[in-house]
Amino acid sequence: TASLDAKKTAYGQEEKLTSYEDVTSYNNYYEFGTGKEDPAREAVLFKPAPWTIKIEGAIKQPKTISIEQLLKLVPLEERIYRMRCVEGWSMVIPWIGLPLKALIDWAQPTGNAKYIEFVSYNDPRQMPGARMSVLDWPYVEGLRMDEAMQPLAILAVGLYGKVLPNQNGAPVRLVVPWKYGFKGAKAISTIRFVEKMPTTTWVKAGPREYGFYANVNPQVDHPRWTQSSEKRIGAGLFAGRIKTRMFNGYDEVGQLYAGMDLKKNF
Amino acid sequence: MTRSTSILFDSPVAKIRALKALIWLGACLPLLRLLILGFTDNLGANPVEFIERSTGTWALVFLLFSLSITPLRHWTQQSWLIAVRRLLGLWMFAYACVHVLTYLWLDYSFDWADILKDVIKHPYVLVGASAFLLTVPLAATSNQRAIRVLKQRWKTLHQLVYVIGVLALLHYWWLVKKDVTEPVIYSVVFAGLIAARWRQGLNHRR
Repeated sequence: TASLDAKKTAYGQEEKLTSYEDVTSYNNYYEFGTGKEDPAREAVLFKPAPWTIKIEGAIKQPKTISIEQLLKLVPLEERIYRMRCVEGWSMVIPWIGLPLKALIDWAQPTGNAKYIEFVSYNDPRQMPGARMSVLDWPYVEGLRMDEAMQPLAILAVGLYGKVLPNQNGAPVRLVVPWKYGFKGAKAISTIRFVEKMPTTTWVKAGPREYGFYANVNPQVDHPRWTQSSEKRIGAGLFAGRIKTRMFNGYDEVGQLYAGMDLKKNF
Repeated sequence: MTRSTSILFDSPVAKIRALKALIWLGACLPLLRLLILGFTDNLGANPVEFIERSTGTWALVFLLFSLSITPLRHWTQQSWLIAVRRLLGLWMFAYACVHVLTYLWLDYSFDWADILKDVIKHPYVLVGASAFLLTVPLAATSNQRAIRVLKQRWKTLHQLVYVIGVLALLHYWWLVKKDVTEPVIYSVVFAGLIAARWRQGLNHRR
């Protein structure tokens, strides 16, 4: 994999990184199969280049942006983020990317843009998991506009100083560290500014289990998994669990949800 | 040929011994594999989940093996097969024990408050825990003395294995997020074994 330069930031300097091996071999990416090991094996032939993202909806003019243009939009940054999966495990990943806000500013949405919808690439010929109807393809995720503008939300194009591996969502994916991992749409092909809250893939699959907001919240349990604690990947057989923190420890996002009932809006 | 002479000629004792040795060997392999993978750091990114999945699956497999003995006996007319049923059932119990121990120790570090919360709050854990608790009396009474003492009640007690099977399958169905292929396969096998017993039961009565 080609290396990728980025300026260091203060984010997550205190954290112990999850190994490159684990980050790139234990993935939830159903377009390449439902097993955690499937994506690393099945995404080998996936072609992340050439790549353009369509940007449409409530903007002055529909646009496309190539991955090369995106990389030059603003200087790339390294952000070390915790990633908490809804299944009760977590990793610490040194992402390389750019603030989502930079792309939004470039796209110039209109006042009607209340939400932003991310559509993942879907090609059953290249993606064996996409031939099965386990989820309603293509994969759709979304954020409220103010969430999308939050400086923590990034579009990741690399990790560990390298170009993003296919199994991690190459060439470009969303990373929203205070939300459960499934919010991070991979291989983004369309970004749409919309007025109404998008119906996201996992909400469609199980509205009782998955919500639009999906903020990491140790007080609101998933019907199947405990959310009060988590297993850190790579910590070893006998490491036990660590306590899950509200908003995955990113307290600065709290103001986005002031006055909201987070039990209802899970 | 009468039954007694056939037993004499085929030497069921030798057959039982050979099959039991085979079962011991086969049943130890998955455990051995986990140990080797564990010591060589090859259990993947989430080793605890790996062990939980593997031991849970093997417990289910041995449950299905033990349920297959009775129909198999009827089809093949090899009545000596009954002699290995207990061994298969006990291996199910052994894998269930490692499965539960992995959960209690490696997953939750014996944090009883968290464990209790997890069991009560999550239906899939609750049915799994119930299935395990029900296997305990079966394992405890899997000896000749218990059979003698309990008489007809022993049979009734050991019919709990069907309940355990249903609970274990439910546990599996509810824990997978979306792709139910594997639980479907195990459920079909389970249903097939139950159907076979039911049919053979009917034939008997006729």
